[in-house]
Amino acid sequence: MAELFQMGKYGAYVWSSYGIALVVMGYVAIKPLFDKKAIFKELTMKYRREEKS
Amino acid sequence: MYNAFFSLLKRDLRLAFRHKSEILNPLFFFVIVVTLFPLGISPDKVILAQIGPGIIWVAALLASMLSLDSLFRSDFEDGTLELMLLSEYPLSVLILAKIVVHWLITGFPIIIFSPLLGTVMFLSNDAIVTLIYTLLLGTPILSLIGAIGMALVVALKRGGMLLSLLVLPLYIPVLIFSSNAVGSSMAGLSISGQLYFLGAFLIFCLTLAPIATSAALRVSLE
Amino acid sequence: MMKAIMKFIYQFASPKHFYRISGKLIPWFGWIAALLIIVGSIDGLFFAPVDYQQGDSYRIIFIHVPAAWMSMFIYMVMASAGAIGLIWKIKLADVVASSSAPIGAAFTFLALVTGSIWGKPMWGAWWVWDARLTSELILLFLYLGFMALESAIEDPRAASRACAILAIVGVINIPIIHYSVEWWNTLHQGATITKLDKPSIHISMLIPLLLMALGFKLYYASVVLIRARNKVLYAEQNNGWVKEIVKQS
Repeated sequence: MAELFQMGKYGAYVWSSYGIALVVMGYVAIKPLFDKKAIFKELTMKYRREEKS
Repeated sequence: MYNAFFSLLKRDLRLAFRHKSEILNPLFFFVIVVTLFPLGISPDKVILAQIGPGIIWVAALLASMLSLDSLFRSDFEDGTLELMLLSEYPLSVLILAKIVVHWLITGFPIIIFSPLLGTVMFLSNDAIVTLIYTLLLGTPILSLIGAIGMALVVALKRGGMLLSLLVLPLYIPVLIFSSNAVGSSMAGLSISGQLYFLGAFLIFCLTLAPIATSAALRVSLE
Repeated sequence: MMKAIMKFIYQFASPKHFYRISGKLIPWFGWIAALLIIVGSIDGLFFAPVDYQQGDSYRIIFIHVPAAWMSMFIYMVMASAGAIGLIWKIKLADVVASSSAPIGAAFTFLALVTGSIWGKPMWGAWWVWDARLTSELILLFLYLGFMALESAIEDPRAASRACAILAIVGVINIPIIHYSVEWWNTLHQGATITKLDKPSIHISMLIPLLLMALGFKLYYASVVLIRARNKVLYAEQNNGWVKEIVKQS
């Protein structure tokens, strides 16, 4: 198991590559989901304001 | 249509000569930037001869790019550009006239001064001749591609830095082939391939850049 | 028959139908992408054989190469969508182009970083001016230029048209830049063949590579749809169908 983790002597390089990929692709995928919530929130408030006036 | 081309050319030249700084500033910039490198790196003859072609070309690139403002800025500000868009003449032709003037006031002086700078950087005589060839073919390309970038940012308030980001990546092939050609001629190798590429790229840009520029101007001025 | 085709195209061009259809597609694209990427990664990390020249460090290619492929692919999509929006004035095409840019930039960045990390054990340096990495760097500048131009222009319609022109000019120049950089690089390479090119790749290494490539493509499809939906929703906020959707949530 530890040998698999070590990857010869290149463990740091390989795992940091995959790690960075995970972080970057994860952020790019998740951020729009948060944006969607923000948009819904903003639009609900906007429609509520419009209905009142 | 030829009349329109030439009268616009003459008008822009006359305007440029009224503001001599438009011609001299890019030239001074070019010369000063080249002089900075021996000061910053080394006055050694061998080193300078090696990096000289690249430095002269990068300086020419930057000088050409920084002077792009003169292409459309003043005409944009007083509304003349809008009139050109509305005129009966094809916009590409009018743009070509402006690009020719831009080259005459930036690229052409650079070509004139290049032998001086080449000597200062210890380039061989062959290399200096090649330098002039590459500048002759390359600086019009810089003006043509620069026009596209300038047209995209002319309506923006602080388009200056953005212009460099847009235009410099597109300048890279010219830089690579030109400075390599000069380096090759110093080593006594053939330069025909590089010059052919530059010639082909020039014709390519000559035909397509005015079209892209007019599309970009229409977007900027809507 | 023609009517059915036109109806199909109309549905895609209409923001309301796009919103609905993409909502159904995203979970499929997303989960299949996740599956492919996980399987591909596990295969590439643990099951693909050790390279006799590079040892285990080569396993980075299972990220680096698909990321580089995506960086090019997304730019093509961006430029095509921009052209469609420019010529036929389909707003949705502009939205797709604009939504794609950050994803493409992220993949380009990933290709650069993984290429650099791979370079350290390979050539002993964190950066080498080899043809592929240098071309990727220039591609990153092209993406950043696109994004910068978009944020600099206030009117959204003018912004998408300007960016479309920039993307088209960029796409025409990419092969020229690629060729120039490769040419420049081979002169200074001498005899070393860059290991980033794959001469003949063994099937057990090819499979994880293809799995990752397909996974990345579906990942891009799902993320671009999510982003595009957000933009469409925001842009059409004054339309009745948007109010319906927001109220229902």
